[in-house]
Amino acid sequence: MTDTTVEAIAAPTTDAPERLSWDSGVKRMVLVYLPLALFLIVLLFPFYWMTVTAFKPDAEMYDYKTYSPFWVHSPTLHNIYVLLFETNYPQWLITTMGIAVASTFLSVFSSVLAAYAIERLRFKGAQHFGLAIYLAYLVPPSILFIPLATLIFQFGLFDNPIALILTYPTFLVPFCTWLLIGYFKSIPYELEECALIDGASRLQILRRITLPLAVPGLISAGIFAFTLSWNEFIYALAFIQSTDKKTVPVAILTELVTGDVYQWGSLMAGSLLGSVPVAIIYSFFVEYYVSSMTGAVKE
Amino acid sequence: MDATVDVGLQRLNFVRAPDTWVTKLFDYKPFLVFLCLLPSMGLLVVFLTYPLGLGLWLSMTDTTIGQPGHFVGLENFQELMDDPVFWMSVTNTIFYTVVATAGKFTLGLWLALLLNHHIPFKAFIRAIVLLPWIVPTVLSAIAWWWIYSPQFSIVSYVFVDLLHWSDTYFNFLGSPWPARWSLIVANIWRGIPFVAITLLAGLQTISPSLYEAALLDGASGWQKFYRITVPLLMPILAVALTLSVLFTFSDFQLVYAITRGGPFNTTHLMATLAFQRAIPGAQLGEGAAIAVSMIPFLIAATLLCFFGVGRRKWQQGEAND
Repeated sequence: MTDTTVEAIAAPTTDAPERLSWDSGVKRMVLVYLPLALFLIVLLFPFYWMTVTAFKPDAEMYDYKTYSPFWVHSPTLHNIYVLLFETNYPQWLITTMGIAVASTFLSVFSSVLAAYAIERLRFKGAQHFGLAIYLAYLVPPSILFIPLATLIFQFGLFDNPIALILTYPTFLVPFCTWLLIGYFKSIPYELEECALIDGASRLQILRRITLPLAVPGLISAGIFAFTLSWNEFIYALAFIQSTDKKTVPVAILTELVTGDVYQWGSLMAGSLLGSVPVAIIYSFFVEYYVSSMTGAVKE
Repeated sequence: MDATVDVGLQRLNFVRAPDTWVTKLFDYKPFLVFLCLLPSMGLLVVFLTYPLGLGLWLSMTDTTIGQPGHFVGLENFQELMDDPVFWMSVTNTIFYTVVATAGKFTLGLWLALLLNHHIPFKAFIRAIVLLPWIVPTVLSAIAWWWIYSPQFSIVSYVFVDLLHWSDTYFNFLGSPWPARWSLIVANIWRGIPFVAITLLAGLQTISPSLYEAALLDGASGWQKFYRITVPLLMPILAVALTLSVLFTFSDFQLVYAITRGGPFNTTHLMATLAFQRAIPGAQLGEGAAIAVSMIPFLIAATLLCFFGVGRRKWQQGEAND
């Protein structure tokens, strides 16, 4: 951070002292690029290692003396084949996808209405509802899962994916509402007033003015909700028991880890494939992601 | 802002339905407010508020899986008081939270400062930096588990076979302290991106003219950092710190995936211990008591972070939120 402004000022003047520019070049290399490269290596290495392992044949995987472990000498799809055709992995993917999509729709639908009511209907006590939702976001799932498990059991939803669709909104709704309140704030209220004068009803305003303008916010809320439900672990671990109804993260940890000898190849292939859907969505919406993440935190 | 223009140009013809009692009802504001809040509040009350209360009640019963319990008062908590495994999970959780949060914020702030420079491919780098935070925690935890493997650890390979700095492969997860540090490293790795990107957003709101003014006044790099960057970063730092502490304290996934509380229950966090007692151990009451014991810590940590750090927000006059 030391000299952004120095350079911003110094850059246009070509007749700056030579020593200074050399000095700042080396300094920049040591102070900026070197640490940045180290950060990138450390942050990305586990993914590289995951990928490399997923494509290694067993002979290479456990023999570092003959084969350098850092790359694959004779890549194989065996691990992925085992995963797709000898386990329930496709089923787990479909289940996880279904749960994530359903809970995302449920959460975004409820959040839009809640955020609209809190931010735009301007009723007495709206701020208290906003605060309550913020507090709900601070309640971690790890103190809720035990009572929720008994509740799910009473409802007869134990070992049923619907249990997850209904419980994921406990952390999705607060997050999405929070994000959407911030988004609605940025839409000028005058637009709604004009529509009111033109004789639109409140629901017409929401449907035809506010929602079309809030599409970027809805996309952000949707992708966040989708990733969060794809990543959820503790509820899925506690409420689902049968092999074919498990979600990907739980299934990999409970079904693929069997006995004392771990099938690292399949484990890594499973982790890689389980990360891919989230990574694809992320790569498409990365700008929404970064901006709404920082926006939501700033609120 | 394209959308705004669209609405402005496009003639929206609001066809007013004839005033029946239904349309009147939908324009009656209290009813509309009620209707809009119903789905979210319904979900949150049934699956969040009620379970919170139910958890308190369960912690005072001897409920087991499949058997409704009886009220036993504070017996569960009294038992926990004499339970060395519980106390170890408490100290583990506090240690884990403090060290991992310190690590995440130091390294995260550093990374944010690095990313705030003019560097090539900035958007791309910013995007891939977030990957550890995007990918499902359990899946990256499995990758860490493989990195920490006693026989085939790549870290051991580098230190023993490539650099010859050590003779024997590290046993990362085999004994308590190395296992705890291994978990903390994995947690810091996962937390850096969130902190870095959040603080980067904060850094970008700081006006460059402040640094220019400081430069004219002859401030050194360190002075600029300490007198301009840090105070202006405080509000966003307070929010990020609160969330980070909260989620690190209640962490479950990493520990469950990498050590499952082992070796010999020495790396349990309160959340994993609660799970172990309640679901595989079937002692719902006891598990609930452990989960409830987390609440005072969570409240204290939240208040401490938010008011301890966030206090400066109104000291400096203009808040930037």
